[in-house]
Amino acid sequence: MSNVSTRFWNPLFARLWFVFNRNRISWIGVVLLLILVSLAVLAPVISPYNPVEQHVMDQFRGPSAKYWLGTDEYGRDLFTRIVWGARISLTVGTVSVILGMIIGSILGMYAGYKGGVRDEFIMRVMDVFMSIPTLLMGLFVVAVLGPSTMNLIIAIALTVVPRFARIARAPTVSIKERDYIEACRAMGFSDLRIMLVHVLPNILGDIMVMGSLWVATAVRIEASLSFIGLGVPPPTPTWGGMVREGFEKMLDSPGASIYPGIFILLTVFAFNLIGDGLRDVIDPRLRES
Amino acid sequence: MIKFVLNRFLLSIPTLLAILTIVFLIARVIPGDPASVILGDSASQEALENLRHRLGLDQSLIQQYIQFITGVFRGNLGDSLVSGTSVMREVLNVLPYTIDLTIAGVLIGIVFGVPLGILTALYRNSFLDFIARILSLIGLSFPAFYSAILLIIVFSLQLGWFPVISSGNLLDPVQRLHHLILPACNLGLIMVAYVTRATRSSMLDVLREDYMRTAKAKGIPGMVILFRHALRNALIPIITVIGLYIGVLVGNSVLTEIVFNRPGLGKLIIGALNQRDYTMLQGLMVVYSIIIVITNLITDLTYGFSDPRVKYS
Repeated sequence: MSNVSTRFWNPLFARLWFVFNRNRISWIGVVLLLILVSLAVLAPVISPYNPVEQHVMDQFRGPSAKYWLGTDEYGRDLFTRIVWGARISLTVGTVSVILGMIIGSILGMYAGYKGGVRDEFIMRVMDVFMSIPTLLMGLFVVAVLGPSTMNLIIAIALTVVPRFARIARAPTVSIKERDYIEACRAMGFSDLRIMLVHVLPNILGDIMVMGSLWVATAVRIEASLSFIGLGVPPPTPTWGGMVREGFEKMLDSPGASIYPGIFILLTVFAFNLIGDGLRDVIDPRLRES
Repeated sequence: MIKFVLNRFLLSIPTLLAILTIVFLIARVIPGDPASVILGDSASQEALENLRHRLGLDQSLIQQYIQFITGVFRGNLGDSLVSGTSVMREVLNVLPYTIDLTIAGVLIGIVFGVPLGILTALYRNSFLDFIARILSLIGLSFPAFYSAILLIIVFSLQLGWFPVISSGNLLDPVQRLHHLILPACNLGLIMVAYVTRATRSSMLDVLREDYMRTAKAKGIPGMVILFRHALRNALIPIITVIGLYIGVLVGNSVLTEIVFNRPGLGKLIIGALNQRDYTMLQGLMVVYSIIIVITNLITDLTYGFSDPRVKYS
């Protein structure tokens, strides 16, 4: 097993490193993301206040030494809320994509490996799911299940599943025809073992690159749903929710909606930069050269 | 040709049915009894029974499904739970606004995105290409509600060029256009980012082809090569991509309509969400599904018309 994994990992990482380095600006994305992740992880340490603490005397303050980015309509410190909001955005963004990635890859691998009617059925259903716009799907699912962190993750994961099913299926179809898979079958290995040990490592690279691309979308969808009012319910700070609250009181203080929005933009941009650099890794035209 | 169009049309019906089935199924997984969710805990038994009957929840799932599907094909999406008016009528009332917005957004996206994509492909790895790549990545990263808010802050609040609330009178073309500009720009600018990237990569593919070198070797003028040989071939992937991003477009138009407080399907959705109007929500999902299927059909047909190699079968 370790033999398989080293044989697999080294070339993948070498390729990743090579291609990623050609797109130098992608490193800006890595740095940005590291900063955002440390803000989220260190939230209790670096935030000057409690995210739900209200300062009734200090509503709609501009940026100052006391409140770095100012306060909102309840006098809550914007910087504190943004830092805590990073936790929600990053958690929901990554967990939903990982969940969708696991379910989607299993479905795609199963469909590609088994072929026939099961393949046809699974992929048709995936196609249909894929034609429903991500935001609408998320909106509808959360509206039906009720807003909560878990339901938000489920809703976004559901929109991600078909993309991974597709990307996992295609290589599986060609791999299962290879001689070594035939040999495994001849030796009486179970389908499950063949899929996990022999097929999965071959498609893992593509799946993970695809994952980084989709986190950007997942973060954007989470922010959009929170903005609509379908995010993690208040008083928990979420970036989208903060933009909405600030927007409703835009005339009092535009900062309350501008600052959290910048962080949404930066996070999605960071993931897009990284994804854009990695995209070339799964581009078959570049792989052959 | 007619056969081709008819064929594609018939093929899109099963897709529509499948999407409708998914919408139906999601709407039925509401935990607990939808009637008591809608009316609250204090509702009387009689009121619950009444609502269940109105929603058709006292029938079997199969019966509900058949009713739902036949209703859709008859153009009946049920009545709003809150106002009691027909969902179809409410949708038709605001549909012109959403169509205005979406078409304007796509046009802006194509008018600016295609030339920009061609330029960046021709001057690949130049400074222009670099700047355009960063800008289009930023465009892709913008949540539509946030860009809309920034546009309002700058152009409506600071400069005062456009009204904050953008509905306008449908019958007055000047007013209609004036109210449309800012929301359309919001949708269009994000679309430019997608179209530029799609055009660039599909132009790059075509420019690499052998026949491009042949054309150049034959001494055909650059502009002719570009437009007759390269762009025509690059157009197909561009059309496909625009069709692919209809989902993004729909999502962004919902957010744009909300921020600009503009009448349209997006605002109906929010109203339905706030008032727990499940029939309205389900009806709107159906309308969106139909829009998606129609767009896919149009993409498919344009694809066929712009490329004679696509078989009309």
